[in-house]
This record gives sequence, C-alpha cells and structure tokens, in this order.
Amino acid sequence: MKKILACLVAAGLFALAGAGIAFAQEEAAHEAEPTHFPIHKPKQEDWSFAGPFGKYDKGQLQRGLKVYKEVCAACHSMNLVPFRTLGELGYSDAQVKAFAAEYTVQDGPNADGEMFERPGIPSDYFPSPFPNKEAAAAANGGAVPPDFSLIAKARGVERGFPTFVFDIFTQYAENGPDYIHSLLTGYDEQPPAGMEIAEGTHYNPYFIAGKSLAMAKPLSDDQVTYDDGSPQTVDQYARDVTAFLMWAAEPHLETRKQTGFGVMVFLVLFAGLVYLTKRKVWADIPH
Amino acid sequence: MSGGHSTYTPTTGFGKWFDARMPLPRLIHDSFVSYPVPRNLNYAYTFGGILSIMLVAQILTGVVLAMHYAADTTLAFGSVEKIMRDVNSGWLLRYLHSNGASMFFIAVYIHIFRGLYYGSYKAPRELLWILGCIIYLLMMATGFMGYVLPWGQMSGWGATVITGFFTAIPLVGTWIQELLLGGFSVDNPTLNRFFALHYLLPFMIAGVVVLHVWALHVVGQTNPTGIEVKSKTDTVAFTPYATLKDAFAMILFLAFFAYFVFYIPNYLGHPDNYTQFDSLKTPAHIVPEWYFLPFYAILRAITFNIGPIDSKLGGVLAMFGAIAVLFVVPWLDTSKVKSARYRPSYRVFYWLFAINAIFLGWLGSKPAEGWYIPAMQISTLYYFAFFLVVMPVLGLIETPRKTPNSITEAVLEKNRGGSGHLAGATAVPETKG
Repeated sequence: MKKILACLVAAGLFALAGAGIAFAQEEAAHEAEPTHFPIHKPKQEDWSFAGPFGKYDKGQLQRGLKVYKEVCAACHSMNLVPFRTLGELGYSDAQVKAFAAEYTVQDGPNADGEMFERPGIPSDYFPSPFPNKEAAAAANGGAVPPDFSLIAKARGVERGFPTFVFDIFTQYAENGPDYIHSLLTGYDEQPPAGMEIAEGTHYNPYFIAGKSLAMAKPLSDDQVTYDDGSPQTVDQYARDVTAFLMWAAEPHLETRKQTGFGVMVFLVLFAGLVYLTKRKVWADIPH
Repeated sequence: MSGGHSTYTPTTGFGKWFDARMPLPRLIHDSFVSYPVPRNLNYAYTFGGILSIMLVAQILTGVVLAMHYAADTTLAFGSVEKIMRDVNSGWLLRYLHSNGASMFFIAVYIHIFRGLYYGSYKAPRELLWILGCIIYLLMMATGFMGYVLPWGQMSGWGATVITGFFTAIPLVGTWIQELLLGGFSVDNPTLNRFFALHYLLPFMIAGVVVLHVWALHVVGQTNPTGIEVKSKTDTVAFTPYATLKDAFAMILFLAFFAYFVFYIPNYLGHPDNYTQFDSLKTPAHIVPEWYFLPFYAILRAITFNIGPIDSKLGGVLAMFGAIAVLFVVPWLDTSKVKSARYRPSYRVFYWLFAINAIFLGWLGSKPAEGWYIPAMQISTLYYFAFFLVVMPVLGLIETPRKTPNSITEAVLEKNRGGSGHLAGATAVPETKG
C-alpha cells in the first residue's frame, strides 16, 4: 500500500519537474514574442481605500475627477455615474450644480416634438464624448474606448497560486486600481529588441490583452493644474484618477467596510455567547 | 430510529384543540425538539443546518433583488448597477446574493465530503443520498442561470459555452441547445427563460430539501463511528443539544460569509462580468464560476476520440458522468464498515481524492494548453478511479480496524481517564429539552 503511494508521489513529482523545465524553456523563447499577457504583473500600490478600514481620500478623488474631466473624458464615457453623486467627493450642492451646468446635455422632445440642448443638472449622467459606438471606433482607429463607470472592477490580472490564497487574508481587492495605475505609468518602457509593435498601437508591458494597445500615452507631467500643491507628475495623476475610478465603480465602499466592522464584531460576540451556552448545556454529556 | 410514539403533550386548551385538528406543532416538536440525534456528532455534521439557512437567505435576498431587476438584454446590466448604486442597501443585497451562492456551494461541498468520509450514503440511507445529489444538480442549474442574469461578458459567454455542450449529443443535441437558448445564440429569449427558471428552481430545491429531511428523519443521522443508534444512551434530544451546536456553527459560518461580503465581495467573481455582454467580443479565457471548475477541467481533459465518440462528446460525457457517478455511490462502495475512521486505507484514498478535486478546480481555471492537459487527464482518471475502482475493490480487500459495539462505548472509550462521573452522565435524560 505504502509502496504504491510512494511510487505515485514520485511519478507525480517527476512529471511536474519535467513540465516545469519545459515551461521555463518556452518562457525564454517567448521574450521577444510573448504569448501570455500582461508581460509585467501590475505593481502593488498603497491605496487609502484598501484594507478593513479603508476610506476614500476626498482631496484625491477631487484631483482624480479633474484629471478625468480634462484628459480621459475626451474619449472615455462614464455612463453610469450621475452628477448628483459628486457630493460624495466633498463638494457642496451648489458646486455640484455648477459642475453639472458646465456640460451640455440633449433633452426632449419638447412640446413641439423637437430635441433640444440645455445645461446639465445634478440628476443628469456624465454625457458620452461620442454619439455612438461606431463614432467612437471611427475616431480611435477602430478601438472603442471602454466606458469608465466600472473599469476599476472590470480589470484585474490573475494573481496565480499561491498569491490568490494569501489575498483572502490580506483582503487584497485592488487588482483593478493596481492595473490601471501600472498601465498609465507603464508607457515609458521600451519593447525588447526584436519585438514587433503593430502600427498605430503603443507598447505597454502592463497591458492585459497584448503587447501594445491603441491608446497612446495619455498623461504627461504638468498636463493638469492642481491647486492643492500636489505634485503634477504622471505618477500622481495616475494615482488620483485611479482612486477616482475606484470610487466611480464602487461608490458605497466606505459604507460597506464600516457596516462590515459592526457585523463582524456582532457575529464574533454572538458566536462567543452561543458557544458558552452550548458548552454549559453539553457539560454533563461526554461526546 | 425516530420510531416510537410522540412525546408531544399540548398543555394549553388551544394547543389541545389545535393538535386534535392539525398536529403541525406536534410534527415540529417531534422533528426539531424531541428528535433523537447521536450524541457524538462533530462539527462536520452542522453543514446540513447551515445549508438550510443559506437556502432561505438566497431566496430572501433573491426575491428583493428580483423586484429591482429587469430581465431584458438592453436593461439587465444597467438594472444590476442601479441596484448597486441607487437602491437602498442594494449593494448589500446583491453582494449577499452573489457571494451567498458561493457560500452555498462551499457548504454543500463540505456536506458531500462529510458524507463520503463517514459513509453516510450506505444502507439504509441510499435514497437520502440520492435526494441530496438531486439537490446538488438543481443547485448547479440555479447557480449557472443566476450567473447569466447580470449580463456581463462571463454571463453571456459562459452561457454560450455551457449550452454548447448539448450540441455534442447526437441527433437531439442541437434541438436541446436551441430549446435552452430560445434561438440560435444567447440573446433576449435566453435571458428571459433563465430568469424565469432561476426564480423557479430554488423552490424546487426547497421541495427536495423537505424530502431530504423527511428521509433523514426516517432513517436517522449517521455519526462519526458509523455504528447505528442502538439504545437511548446513544442519543441526545435535538433541542437543546443539536440546536445549540448547529447555531454556533451557523454563526461562525455567517462570519466567514460576512468577511467575503464586506471586505472582498468580488474575490470569487470574475472582473469580465463588470463589462456588459458583447456577442462580438470573445474574452481571452472563458471560465465558469469557481464551483464548476473541477467539472470544467474534466470536460477539457478528453482531447482524444474514443472509437465512434469524438473528443467533444467524450468530454461532455465525462463531465456529466462525473456527476452521475455520485448517484450510484451507495452501490459502488462494497465495504461493510461505514466510517473512514475504521478504514485506514480508504482514508488515504479519500484525502487524495479531496486534494485531487481541489487540484482539478485549479486546473479548471487554466487554459487547456501545455502541461495542464496531461495534468487534467491524470486528475480526471483518479476522480473516476476513486469511485469505480477504489470504492468497490477496497471494500473487499481492506481489513478495517475493530469498530466499537455502540456509540456510547465509543464515546466512553474516548473520554476514559477524563471525568469520573461517566456512568451517571450516560443516563442523561432526553427530556431536558
């Protein structure tokens, strides 16, 4: 019995080792023409909203909104986010109204059956930069810029074994933000010698679906003016807009984590009390 | 073992009046208060109770979610986001429901593995086991259809792949697939019928659960020794003993559940499902929910033709076979001894099977390429060998350890050298509840 098991284990290990060697050789051959993406795993950053007591940094969200509005919004829509929620970024009702009014939205039909344009109001959603998907594709070399409402939850690089097990205990849930930040700051790396980059695309080793993407490097230093003294660097812009996108994707994150703390404390105390009761009741019964 | 007369005695006038006309309180008293359970049940036996509260929780959150959901391809994705953003506590309901499905499967897998370890499927509990297998099948159908409703990329493409399996069946395959889809591809009719069925199936599960519990209460619970209950000292009353133990385990399980809901609610999901389904844009890797991954690996392990059966049909047969084999487990196991506690060799194969099942799940999340394919094949082979070779053969050749004569004896053996008032303790009255 034991012998058979030992043989099985040995055979298994041997097969694994063989596979490992084959795999390593394959990897080396593919440096110039990789087959698995992204080429680099996303860099893990510290986020104020990570962890059990995570909170959004309102100043950062406001800066992120500015970056989105002045840079990203030229191509990327944010269809699911209404202006009225911007109060959560720390703006007053009047500021939200003024912000919405900067946009022009189409409304109607009016009593004459005509569509008309008017300034935005808080209940409006961020208007799309393109009238439809076809127009978006035509203006961007065939690639439709994805909507940003959920992008921070809709992207995530696989963590692999055993990291994905540890992630349960460290509460790592920032795959999306780490990916976005890495992508935005990853344009400066040069492709390895011999790699061919398709015309009209841009090399980025952090891109999840290939070696290059249609979007050119979107951010550069001093592109957006900050009025709170934060550094006007690509890294800071990327960080801020990523935090803003996380908020856009998960606006109730703070409430969720705060509620969670209360729920966990209650359940642990309740479990303790029930356990003591159970022990008392079972005390006289060997089991 | 639940035989014997009822101990329910209504005390109030109304209670007597009611009992004479419809003895529902008597049924509840006999089933959940005075019902005798083996005194030596460990925490592995608490998952039945956990599963029943999970079913109730899923139905409750699901009914409220359905009030806000729109089963239409143009509205579904947006309506789920409306729930997440604008419905009061909608984010909580939706995360409870989506993570609840995963928790339901974690609990059911522990429950099934408990049964395999302690031989809970053996006579006279074959029907009880089969009813459980039917519940599991219904759960799989419900979980799959529920995953389609948010209408994300994995929803639509998962549905495309899974309904595609049926086309492998000769003659009627395409007809079945078109019936499931309500057309030639995943579209509005698919979403509508999946929503209708996703709302229906949980109530069918509840119905089979009633049968499952009924069958359980006829034959009684197994216990870690695998020895049937022989005398009153072997058992304790369901209330307060099992009730409190189950309650404690349930609260711990809820804490585990809450940890996922409040801190890592998207851990068990796939990022692609936050992108609306696009029938023209195939994701790089289409993977089903984690609880289907072992079967997905078995499906893709069959990369070769076997005689007239091509690899596609072979894969589908292997996948359905992997579930079908569970139904005949009571007749595959030839051992006279129920519990793995007294079967040292079976125990080794059992734990190998458990590790292998987890490994299959991991392989299921990987693309079918490179060394993953032979690994899937070896793992699939062991999966079936466990049921079709180990179970029948081992029961005949293995020498089990000596089993105790009764549950009480086993308990006393375990506690020997412990407290000195055992003799008195064994005579614990069942009337304590």
